[in-house]
Amino acid sequence: AVFAPWANTPSGAPCKRRAQVLERLRTAFESRVTIPEKFRRTQLTNLMSMIKDNEEQIVNALHKDLTKPKFEAILSEVEIVMNELHCALSNLTSWMQPEYVSKNLATKLDECFVRREPLGVVLIIGPWNYPMQLLIVPLIGAIAAGNCVVIKPSEVSAATDNLITELIPKYLSKDCYAVVRGGAKETQALLKNRFDHIFYTGSQAVARVVLQAAAVHLTPVTLELGGKCPCLIYGRVNATAAAHRLVWSKFFNAGQSCVAPDYVLCSKATCDALVPALRQVLEDFYGSDIQKSPDMSRIVTPKHWTRLMGLLNRTKGKVVVGGEHDEKDRYIAPTVVVDVAEDDALMEEEIFGPILPILTIESLEESIKLTKTKEKPLAFYVFSDESSVVKKVLENSSSGGFCSNDGIVHMALPGLPFGGVGNSGFGHYHGHWGFEAFSHQRAVMLRGWALEKLNALRYPPYSDEKLSWLRWTTSPKSCSIM
Amino acid sequence: MSREQQAVARARKAFETGRSKSVEYRINQLKNLQRLFSERQKEIAAAIKKDLNKTEVGAQFYETLGLEGEISLFIKNLKEWAAPRHVKKNLLTMSDTVYIHPEPLGVVLVIGAWNYPWAVTIRPLIGAIAAGNAAVVKPSEVCVHTSKVMEDLLPIYIDKELYPVVTGGVPETQELLRQKFDHIFYTGNSTVGKVIMEAAAKHLTPVTLELGGKSPCYIDKNCDISIACRRVTWGKYSNCGQTCIAPDYILCEPSIQNRVIEEVKKCIKEFYTDNPKTCPDYGRIINQRHFKRVMAMLEDSNIAVGGENDESDCYIAPTVLRDVKPEAKVMQEEIFGPLLPILPVSSLDEAIKLINKGEKPLALYVFSPDNKVIERMRDETSSGGFLANDCLVHYSVSALPFGGVGNSGIGCYHGKFSFDRLSHLRGCLVKKLKMEGVNDMRYPPHTLKKLGWYQWTSFPASCNVLRGAEKPKPFCS
Repeated sequence: AVFAPWANTPSGAPCKRRAQVLERLRTAFESRVTIPEKFRRTQLTNLMSMIKDNEEQIVNALHKDLTKPKFEAILSEVEIVMNELHCALSNLTSWMQPEYVSKNLATKLDECFVRREPLGVVLIIGPWNYPMQLLIVPLIGAIAAGNCVVIKPSEVSAATDNLITELIPKYLSKDCYAVVRGGAKETQALLKNRFDHIFYTGSQAVARVVLQAAAVHLTPVTLELGGKCPCLIYGRVNATAAAHRLVWSKFFNAGQSCVAPDYVLCSKATCDALVPALRQVLEDFYGSDIQKSPDMSRIVTPKHWTRLMGLLNRTKGKVVVGGEHDEKDRYIAPTVVVDVAEDDALMEEEIFGPILPILTIESLEESIKLTKTKEKPLAFYVFSDESSVVKKVLENSSSGGFCSNDGIVHMALPGLPFGGVGNSGFGHYHGHWGFEAFSHQRAVMLRGWALEKLNALRYPPYSDEKLSWLRWTTSPKSCSIM
Repeated sequence: MSREQQAVARARKAFETGRSKSVEYRINQLKNLQRLFSERQKEIAAAIKKDLNKTEVGAQFYETLGLEGEISLFIKNLKEWAAPRHVKKNLLTMSDTVYIHPEPLGVVLVIGAWNYPWAVTIRPLIGAIAAGNAAVVKPSEVCVHTSKVMEDLLPIYIDKELYPVVTGGVPETQELLRQKFDHIFYTGNSTVGKVIMEAAAKHLTPVTLELGGKSPCYIDKNCDISIACRRVTWGKYSNCGQTCIAPDYILCEPSIQNRVIEEVKKCIKEFYTDNPKTCPDYGRIINQRHFKRVMAMLEDSNIAVGGENDESDCYIAPTVLRDVKPEAKVMQEEIFGPLLPILPVSSLDEAIKLINKGEKPLALYVFSPDNKVIERMRDETSSGGFLANDCLVHYSVSALPFGGVGNSGIGCYHGKFSFDRLSHLRGCLVKKLKMEGVNDMRYPPHTLKKLGWYQWTSFPASCNVLRGAEKPKPFCS
């Protein structure tokens, strides 16, 4: 266990410590130490060592917090981070290069380019469900872009919080990167300070607080939120294959993923074929006594366990698979509920747990209509062997990301921007998108001293003739003539 | 339901019909907008003359020329910009389709400003239309005549349900801000910018804020001072200094201050005659409130050129102030008027230090023949945009992002940047239900062997050809 210096000190002291930390980071940023590519590479390489050297401790901490199976921890918390680090290290040089742009005739002899520059001191607030990934992947973007970073892990995933607090100062420059800990009160106090960007992953309610704090300083924000990610199953479908992918993506991390398929919409016939397939797959994956399987996670806290059980108790649907639970173990079995109506308890908010409601709606059109009455989710899924069904859903929905015939995996592709829209957030990251999220795209134009005669066209006294010439020289078409 | 609520509700309903989805529809709307400018030049110019005392040519040059170019650019490129953008895959997704699908956000609110009312109100609108959104247009009430012309003309040319014009002052704007939008695009000052952001916070609405700041202008003593001062004079006194990227103040060594003053004086005469008040190419301060605000800045300064003014006409002569100190009134906020303070500094170091004491500006100018000076200035400061050896013109290159940083704003636009800013770039992975065998590795029960295989196939480190992600290609023709 690691002593948390701010957790138990009297009020006033944490505030002072925080101010000192921010002062240190700002001084470091102003000294321009994070600007050279070499510095950023060193930090990213050190971050890579941090993960490699401490893989076992990371897996253990995640197990402590979420009973996360080793496989899930490696896949979704270690490997995905390593992948992002490889991507950043491979591409940093090119990301940092100026990007030359096309010009018009009037500016043909000038140099015009876009320069990516660091923003300054940025704040990253992580959530508890993938406490390593969702904190470190944004951090990679922030470091690569040349910023200093205040890192605020979630206090809910306490073991990981402790580990991050211990490891970061061991591997990264203490002057440029600092971990700040605490709960809601400490986070609100932290938010009163001025940052050059705030990256928040979590809930809508807290996001509003973050945005309001950011408004005071005109701080740009990236919000990675959630929502009820619908999963439509229509047309010709291989029920077994669909069931495999649906079970995997739904019950990974016991359903506590911002991009987990939240609820299913399908016809009665599909539902009748799907349920036994789901049941079979669950047994194939986790055995007949799922609570004993080492491959199933637990609910993060008693509070969330109670919340989920509340939903199960209030639902008017029928539990056809699972339903078993164990309060002491914070265990809820992978559960499938059918005959769920639109106004059911399970349809009120993002479930974020191992409960899968199935709503029976005969037509695809009606299903699409239903999803439109809800807020835009972070992900949208459709299972179908018919590409026309996939196309129809894609074109008649809006969501952060979209994936057909699978779940979650679209977020592991660094080439795709990962982020929400509407209530599921704004801004995006992963791969070079993370670098861009934490950069200022500065327009740079370097003019020469010649061609003052050409410039004369724009000076008063104004005339129609000058205007015609100007029209010609500043239009993009004039370039092709040249 | 209030008038504002109705306009927003109608726009949302119109958006939900899906008619702005097709690229053809959007291009048609843009073509109609183009016709507005070619057919209604006279009405536009007459209103601008009343609001800002610009001539018809001046109005075209500063307002509509840029818009016409922008619309042409959009019409030419929209199909490509709106098409799916394919990205690199890994071995595991080799047989899948992976792309970014640009989609409309929904209903966008565009709040315009009064200084270049057409340019800063319509340019974001072009982006909003092109991206397939509905857009509520709120022109600035300060430019009274132009706002009326927008209200009258826009509904004649473009879809009046999808793109309603809502005029009004503070109460009407506040009522608009209570409604839910999918993006708010605001051009104006940072005080109101904070209010906008706070209102947007309630609905988790993303914003683009094009604000301002004090754009510094450093003149190296070794440069061609005559050319530099011509460019600065033009950049400063166009639109009577009411330009968000006008060079706000000059920094130079004391040894050249007199020369700078002399050259600027010469150019003022050349551009605006001996009596700028009677010159048709010289503008006016927008209203008496701003006139008083700018005049108050003169209190503790030393006037080297100009200073003449006439409150009844909102006229302030092109003015230069000398030996200005950082504590002076004129250095406390963005001037947004025809006063050009010169702050003598002993070195480039001192200039950079002074600039960094202030908030990050929207633009930063440096005049120097020495690339090292330019690079130092660029590397050691931060600003929305950076321009060496001229003023304002970086605005005209559509391929450059136009926007602020820090107090000068959030987000950027122009050309493709507008399109991307007002779109949702949706990441899409289209898989088939085949190849289950490959997926098998990730399913429980978990084994170390499966983990090894999965790691190899899903991560780019496994295949040099598939390394990492690619930056989007630079915007080029």
